[in-house]
Amino acid sequence: MDRLKGKVALISGGARGQGAAEARLFVGEGARVVIGDVLDAEAAKTAQEINTKAGTRAAVAVHLDVTRAADWRTAVEACAREFGGLDILVNNAGIAFMGGVEDTTEEAWESVINVNQKGVWLGMKYAVPAMRKRGGGSIINISSIYGIIGSPGSAAYHASKGAVRLLTKSAAVQYAQDNIRVNSVHPGVILTPMVEQASREQLQPVINMAPMKRPAQPEEVGWCVVFLASDEASFVTGAELVVDGGYTAV
Amino acid sequence: MDRLKGKVALISGGARGQGAAEARLFAAEGARVVIGDVLDDQARTTAQEINAKADGHAAVAIHLDVTRAADWRAAVEACQREFGGLDILVNNAGIFNTTGLEDTTEELWDTVVNINQKGVWLGMKYAVPAMRQRGGGSIVNISSVAGLTGSTGSTAYHGTKGAVRLLTKAAAVQYGPEKIRVNSVHPGIIATQMIDIIPREMRERFTQVVPLRREGTAEDVARMVLFLASDDSSYVTGAEFVVDGGLTAT
Repeated sequence: MDRLKGKVALISGGARGQGAAEARLFVGEGARVVIGDVLDAEAAKTAQEINTKAGTRAAVAVHLDVTRAADWRTAVEACAREFGGLDILVNNAGIAFMGGVEDTTEEAWESVINVNQKGVWLGMKYAVPAMRKRGGGSIINISSIYGIIGSPGSAAYHASKGAVRLLTKSAAVQYAQDNIRVNSVHPGVILTPMVEQASREQLQPVINMAPMKRPAQPEEVGWCVVFLASDEASFVTGAELVVDGGYTAV
Repeated sequence: MDRLKGKVALISGGARGQGAAEARLFAAEGARVVIGDVLDDQARTTAQEINAKADGHAAVAIHLDVTRAADWRAAVEACQREFGGLDILVNNAGIFNTTGLEDTTEELWDTVVNINQKGVWLGMKYAVPAMRQRGGGSIVNISSVAGLTGSTGSTAYHGTKGAVRLLTKAAAVQYGPEKIRVNSVHPGIIATQMIDIIPREMRERFTQVVPLRREGTAEDVARMVLFLASDDSSYVTGAEFVVDGGLTAT
């Protein structure tokens, strides 16, 4: 399959979980992928596995702390150096934090906001000039259903994901004329290392609230990201795509 | 390509425009398609064209007035008789008018509500039992950006498209446990015959407020419908998908 043939993608948090699933699906669809993560060993391993399966050098790993502008600059340079340019950015890196309004320390607040929100902005800031050189591109920002609805805890997480939702629309409006599409994806409960920090007892009631009454596999979000990354979504920008088993329809 | 291989789809309003684009794309992805429409000749021509290209029996046309329960029953039976079952329903048929609140007659109101809203409900009512027999399915209801935001006219149209949006979520919640996914698609300004009644200069003005600065094509929408019809969207239900070039992001 070659739905992303000839395209180069940069995926933050691509070492494991949802980001790794996206990297695998992207390469399966003909893209070349730069995997950015702070988990260097896991990122290198994911890239190796992809290359072994593809039988060619389709993936490379770079160190990417999404809160650092210098790392983003290097990651975008790696896309150009290794694969000749950048067409797709997936702002996938994120951290979960369960504390409510009063239980959140300033330190926790800043760490969540820096990774989940500032990281998305920085990624776009450095990716846009590279995409402009290619005559356009597609940016996919991974928000969450927690960017659409509230819950009793996770105050900083909700704030950061709500910010990503509107940051996405703002960038979509600004860069439409450069042929750069920007959309947000809002997963529900997906079985990834980030979500599995919570216990099954904590997760099960949340899972049961979704009409489909099951969690999702990372690939079920990954295919949605493939669609948005591809030219199939050529008239889709500034939109939010919910992948939540019906959770927010209730 | 075989993203819908082995699946059977029923598309209302499939004779021309967006519905015909969906039928062509579905057949190209391996589905077999029943095209329902009140435009019998055009529906037959579209089915013939698809069959000529598919080099086989991939499409049939059937008379379907979406406001009549008996027609829906016959259409679902046709899916089972011709192709062995039903997996995908696209409630695509719809009519448009620009009439404002006070100028809308009861006759116009009833016509718009019957086709755009009652037709969607009836389609789901008769499709669901057939999907249940297959162990699940996907229903895609075509709403509009007019189901998300208001405008100075098109009162009845806005009402029906808003209704379809929530009818979709209600059905998604009800049928989630039976693996029947239900989602709505919200096209912006799409260049089909349905909006030919909008004067050219007004369409040009609309296009200027669309961030991507163009009207959408029927294929732009069809590719989104394909995503929702396919197993790529296996964890997506009760959600709304905007295909509007960024119009509602502003």
